[in-house]
Amino acid sequence: MTTRSKAAARRALVLDILNHGALALVALLFLFPFFWMVSNAVRSNAEVLAIPVRLLPSVFEWDNFAKAWTEQPFGRFFFNSFVIATSVTAITVVVSCLSGYAFARLRFPGRDLLLMGYLGTLMVPGIMLIIPLYLIINSLGMVNTFQGVILPVAFGTFGSFLLRQFFLSIPNELEEAARVDGASRLRILVSIIVPLSMPAIGLLSLFTFIAQWNNFLWPLIVMTGAENATLPVGLTLFQTQQSTAWNYIMAGATLSMLPGIILAILLQKLIYNSIALNAGLGGR
Amino acid sequence: MASVTIRNAVKSYGTMEVLHGVSLAAQDGEFVVLVGPSGCGKSTLLRMIAGLESITDGDIDIGGRVVNELEPKERDIAMVFQSYALYPHMSVRDNMGFSLKLARRSRKEIEEAVNRAAGILALEPLLDRYPRQLSGGQRQRVAMGRAIVRNPAVFLFDEPLSNLDAKLRVQMRSEIKALHQRLGSTMIYVTHDQMEAMTMADRIVVMRAGKIEQVGTPLEIYDNPANSFVAGFIGSPSMNLIEGTVMEKDGTVVLRDDGGADWSLAEAARAHLGRSVTMGIRPEQIVTRDGAIRGTVVNVEPTGAETHVQVQVGANSIVVVLRDRFAGAVGSSIGIASLPERVNLFCRETGARLALSPG
Repeated sequence: MTTRSKAAARRALVLDILNHGALALVALLFLFPFFWMVSNAVRSNAEVLAIPVRLLPSVFEWDNFAKAWTEQPFGRFFFNSFVIATSVTAITVVVSCLSGYAFARLRFPGRDLLLMGYLGTLMVPGIMLIIPLYLIINSLGMVNTFQGVILPVAFGTFGSFLLRQFFLSIPNELEEAARVDGASRLRILVSIIVPLSMPAIGLLSLFTFIAQWNNFLWPLIVMTGAENATLPVGLTLFQTQQSTAWNYIMAGATLSMLPGIILAILLQKLIYNSIALNAGLGGR
Repeated sequence: MASVTIRNAVKSYGTMEVLHGVSLAAQDGEFVVLVGPSGCGKSTLLRMIAGLESITDGDIDIGGRVVNELEPKERDIAMVFQSYALYPHMSVRDNMGFSLKLARRSRKEIEEAVNRAAGILALEPLLDRYPRQLSGGQRQRVAMGRAIVRNPAVFLFDEPLSNLDAKLRVQMRSEIKALHQRLGSTMIYVTHDQMEAMTMADRIVVMRAGKIEQVGTPLEIYDNPANSFVAGFIGSPSMNLIEGTVMEKDGTVVLRDDGGADWSLAEAARAHLGRSVTMGIRPEQIVTRDGAIRGTVVNVEPTGAETHVQVQVGANSIVVVLRDRFAGAVGSSIGIASLPERVNLFCRETGARLALSPG
C-alpha cells in the first residue's frame, strides 16, 4: 500500500514537472519578442543590424530610453495616446453599458432584429470603413483633432455584445427587487447591474484601452500634424528616408508598452474573475 | 396596512391566457396564502399585485386605489423573493436601507429604520456582512428585513422558504407568522407547499390552471374541500380518493368501490343512492378493525409520532395514518374501515363536492 502510494506520488511529481516544463517553454516563446525588443532597445543601432545576431548587447546603452524620449516629443505622444485611449475607453464603456442593458433587459419592438443588424456590423472589415469615415470626419472639420480620432472608434459593437451577454447572466430577481425598492431603469443600471458587472467592464476597458493605445492606422490618417501624433505614429518618426534608428524605436516601443502592462496588472483580478465567472467557477 | 382586492384579473402572454378572471379579496391585516401546483398561476398573480407583471384585464386594488397602471414603487408594497434577491455587492445594512436611500430619506432616518428592522429580526450582528457571508436562513431574514424597513401596506412573499432545509423552513415559518402578528400587516404568501399554507394562513386560496378552486380557512379547506382536486392537494399524506357507487346494504348506506369492497357512509349520503361518486377520506379518518374491509399491507412508514401504512384494497391503494405503533409486516392482511361521518363525496364527472344532507 505504502510502496504503491509512493510510486503514485512519484508519477504525479514527474507529470507535474513535465506539465510545468511545457508551459514554461510556451511562455518563453511568447516572451521572446518582448525580450528581443528590450535587448535591442539597449544596444547601439549598428549592433542591432550586426550579423551574427547577439542575444544580449555587448554594451548596455541604458540612455537610449532618455534619448528616444527627447529625440522626439515623446511626452506629447504619451499625452495624446493617453487622452485618446482613455476617452475612447470611457465612451465605449458608457455606451456599451447603455446599449448592452437595452438589448439584455428592455422589451421594445424590433429589439432582436436590431441586435442582429448590430452584430452584423462585426463582419464588416474595419479597413473598408477608413475612407468613408475619413470623408465624414473631413466634412465635419475634425481632421487633426482629438474628437476626429476618438468618436468614430468609440461606438463599437463588441462592447455592447460582451456586456449584454454578461447582463443576461445577472438574475432578473435582483432587478425586480430594485424596482420594488423604487429604482428607475437608469438607477438599476448604475447601482445594481454595473457594480455586479465589473469583471466584464474591466475586461472591456482593458481591451479597448490597449487596442486604442496601439491603434496606428486611424490616428495616422486623421492626425496630420506631428504634435498630435500618438505613440505608435510617433515611433515611425525615427524612421527617415536615410536611416532608421531601430534602437530608439525599440526603446520607444518598450516605454509605450508600460501603461498597458500596468493596467493589465491592476485589472488582473477583475479579468480572472470574468474568466472564472464565464467558466462557471464562481469567481469573486 | 391595506386591503387587497382583485377583480376578474386576467393575464395573457400573447394568445395564451394563464389567469382566467381571478377574483379575490384579502382583508386589512390578513395573512392570505396562495397555494397550488407548479404552473397554476399563483406566482403570476402575486407579481401582478406587485406590479412586476402587467394586467391584461380586470382590476387590482390596494388600499382602495386601483393600481393597474402604477409602478411597483408606487403601490406601497414590499416583496420577498424565492432567491431572496439580495444585492450581492451591498452589505446587509445597505441592502436594507436601499429603498429608503432611493426615497431620499435622511441618513439618520435610514439608520433608525434599518436598526429597528434589524432589532425585530435579530440581525444587528450581521449588518456589516455581505450576503455571501450569510447562511440561507440569515439571508432569508435580511430579505424580510429589507421588506420591513419600507413599512409597506402589503407584504408579498414568493415561495420564500423553498431554498431552505426542512428544519430551517419550520423555524422560518414560525418567524414569519410571529412577524405577521407583530406588524399586523396584510401579507400575501405564495407557496406550493400545502403544509406551509395550512400552518401560516388566515385564509388559503387554492389555485389550479389559472383559476381559484377554493378560498377558505385552513380547516374549512381541510375538512370540506370544494372538489376532489382540493381534497387531493391539501393534506399530507393526501386524502384517499376511492371511486364507487352509493348503495344500500343491510339498511345502511355504503360506497361499493370498483373492487367490490363496501365502505360505510353517513346516513346523509342516502340522497345519492345509485350514484357513481368519488369518496374522499383522510388517512387519519380510517381505522383498523377486524372483520371490516380486508387489504394487504404494502408499505409501512413510521415517522415516530405516527405510522403511515399503505394498504392495497382491490385496485385502490389506501393510506392509513395510525397514532399507535404498527406491528404488522409488509404483505400481511389487515382490516380497515372508514369513519362514515368524516367522509366526503365528490361527483365523478365534475369533481365537485356533493352535499350530504341529513335524512
